[in-house]
Amino acid sequence: MSKFGFSIQETRTIDFEQFDGRLLKYVLEHEPSFRVCLSCGGCTATCSAGNLIDFNVRKMNILIRRGETEGLEKEINKCMLCGKCMLVCPRGINIRNVVMLIKKGIVKFRTIEEPHEKLKLKCHAY
Amino acid sequence: MHIDYFALPFKIGLAYLFVIVAVRFVRLILGLSRIDKIRIWKSVLTNKSLISIREAFMEGLLHRKIFRINPVLGYMHMSLAFGWFLLIFVGHIETIVHTKSMAFPFHMPIFYRYFVGGNNQVYLSGFFPFMMDLILLFVLSGVALALLKRIRSRYFGMKKTTSLKSGDRIALISLWLIFPLRFIAESFSAGIYYNGSFFTQTAGNFFRSFLPLEQLQLPLWWAYSISLGLFFIALPNSRYMHIPAEILFIFLRNFGIRLKKRYNTYSLVQVYSCSRCGICLDTCQLNDANIKNTQSVYVLKNIRNNNLTDETLFNCLLCGRCQQVCPVGIETNDLRITQRIESTRQYNSSYEYLKEGEIRNADVIYFAGCMTHLTPSIKKSMVDILSYAGINYWFMDEEKAPCCGRPLMQAGQFDAAQKLISNNQQLIILSGAKQLVVSCPICYKVFKEDYVLHDVEVKHHSEFLLELAEKNIIKPVRIPKRVIYHDPCELGRGSGIYEEPRELLGRYVDLIKIKNEREDSFCCGGSLANIKIQMHERDKIRDRALDEYMKYNPDFLVTSCPLCKKTFSKGLDIQVHDIVEIVAESVSAERKQARHVQKKQEVSLQTELI
Repeated sequence: MSKFGFSIQETRTIDFEQFDGRLLKYVLEHEPSFRVCLSCGGCTATCSAGNLIDFNVRKMNILIRRGETEGLEKEINKCMLCGKCMLVCPRGINIRNVVMLIKKGIVKFRTIEEPHEKLKLKCHAY
Repeated sequence: MHIDYFALPFKIGLAYLFVIVAVRFVRLILGLSRIDKIRIWKSVLTNKSLISIREAFMEGLLHRKIFRINPVLGYMHMSLAFGWFLLIFVGHIETIVHTKSMAFPFHMPIFYRYFVGGNNQVYLSGFFPFMMDLILLFVLSGVALALLKRIRSRYFGMKKTTSLKSGDRIALISLWLIFPLRFIAESFSAGIYYNGSFFTQTAGNFFRSFLPLEQLQLPLWWAYSISLGLFFIALPNSRYMHIPAEILFIFLRNFGIRLKKRYNTYSLVQVYSCSRCGICLDTCQLNDANIKNTQSVYVLKNIRNNNLTDETLFNCLLCGRCQQVCPVGIETNDLRITQRIESTRQYNSSYEYLKEGEIRNADVIYFAGCMTHLTPSIKKSMVDILSYAGINYWFMDEEKAPCCGRPLMQAGQFDAAQKLISNNQQLIILSGAKQLVVSCPICYKVFKEDYVLHDVEVKHHSEFLLELAEKNIIKPVRIPKRVIYHDPCELGRGSGIYEEPRELLGRYVDLIKIKNEREDSFCCGGSLANIKIQMHERDKIRDRALDEYMKYNPDFLVTSCPLCKKTFSKGLDIQVHDIVEIVAESVSAERKQARHVQKKQEVSLQTELI
């Protein structure tokens, strides 16, 4: 087989019994506008941090909705809070608050119940 | 030894107040940093103390700043504060003159009409009662206004007034009772001893006609004493703590102590100094979006009561309008930022991915800023002008560059912001540039305040363009348009730049003078400082400001902030331009003209040759 530079993705499952929805719940509770996200990716296209390094706001959104909070802290800390995403968002989502809430939520849930098995989800890297 | 039992509540209250305030002050001063303590030590015996005393008198007693905001409100505060001061002061002089000594019990001047009794053989026996009556009348007028204000705050130019908590309520009621009780007690004494003047004597004569004054006199003096004692005891735990705290605040401020990026006892002095007058409520634009519980007065109150939530703390545009009107001069913006720093200290980013980018040597660095990249015409105009003027410049964030750090700073992410700052700082210094031109006031403020750039001059593009115009490098072409200039918060109130953009703009168009400009200018509602506000709420703030601007019927709106431009252009049907776009248009017009002239010359030359 010739090499295309692509490979077949490994099969992976998300175990919904192990689903850690605390962070998602926390964010939605404090920033309800996060519910209306279309995953259009406008935020990622304009992102100042994304211009410098591999950083994807839209991916963040998907990860948190799947409860895949492992490695999220490292990712979310790339954000520089410049606010461009918020200005281009067609749904008027207050993305900066979402980022701040995720940052706070990660610390909050870690300090309350550490070590928490649920945080370490059994799934492969995205 | 004779004891005046009725004066006991007053004495106990005053002693309690004195001890509590003294302990608190000592704690506040001891809690300051070493450098600040040295500052106090070095300034105490200089004229800074005299300036502070003068300021304490002008602001604490006469309330000059409140007068400027609203004369009736100013009169109310002055009549209570200054009037009470005069009562104490003149009362003491009266006692000294009458007893011809300084060795009288310290409560004597407070209850003097009782002690002087029917003794009319004293010096100036007619003058002092008259003065005291006059002052009492002055204070009572203030109390009456205060009562009226509680019922109808609108009469005082205030739409809103702060809500009270129980400690405040006790203090407030006892404060209101003090002077009417004093009046009744004095008039009863006057009715018995004929020692009053036009006010108390008239009332005394009236009361005598139907009341047994001999029996009622002492209970009334008791009531007066109790209300005084109660007020003193309630004071340290109520908003009236602002009376002593404000004096301390004025002194510390004049000694050169400033707010740091940490919450310390100087911040606490400011918190105590808030009188909760509520002047900051009306000026807050969040009211337009129906956000009514996050204003500075509530944040200060929450800090004091230890119940500040993120929802309150982060729901603020940091536009600085409240700081501008605060009669005490509390640094509401910086206080809020220090609180935000404390509250987000646990989660800061390290931005390890930042690598030093490409550096280019140039005379001038142009930093557009994130917001400018969303309004490309500003960026383009600026580049056009820079190349037209023939400046050796480096467009620092043309392709890739980190943010300036101001949005992080506003969000309280101090440590994270420092990472970006040190990264950018190095790039700027290494480029060897002499000037850093910035298009965005948000960046401008952080470059000015938090970067250490040695001899690199930071300039907003309005300052830079004005210089070019003054040097005749760019020549303005006037357009006959009436224009409103909108002061961006971070550039105007934030950095004190009001004149340069106006002077520059005045060369191109006709500026309309409006009510809400300079210090009183509006926030566009787009401010990045507010983390919690929703988009539709921002829209309401913007529309309200635009409505106000539309009353002047301008041809278009000019601002000097990409974020203001972006916010306003989403609003009503009015054109919004950045100042640099106006300049660039004139430059291109000038260029065209020059080209036209050149062509003509060429043509005439050709015809001559033929």
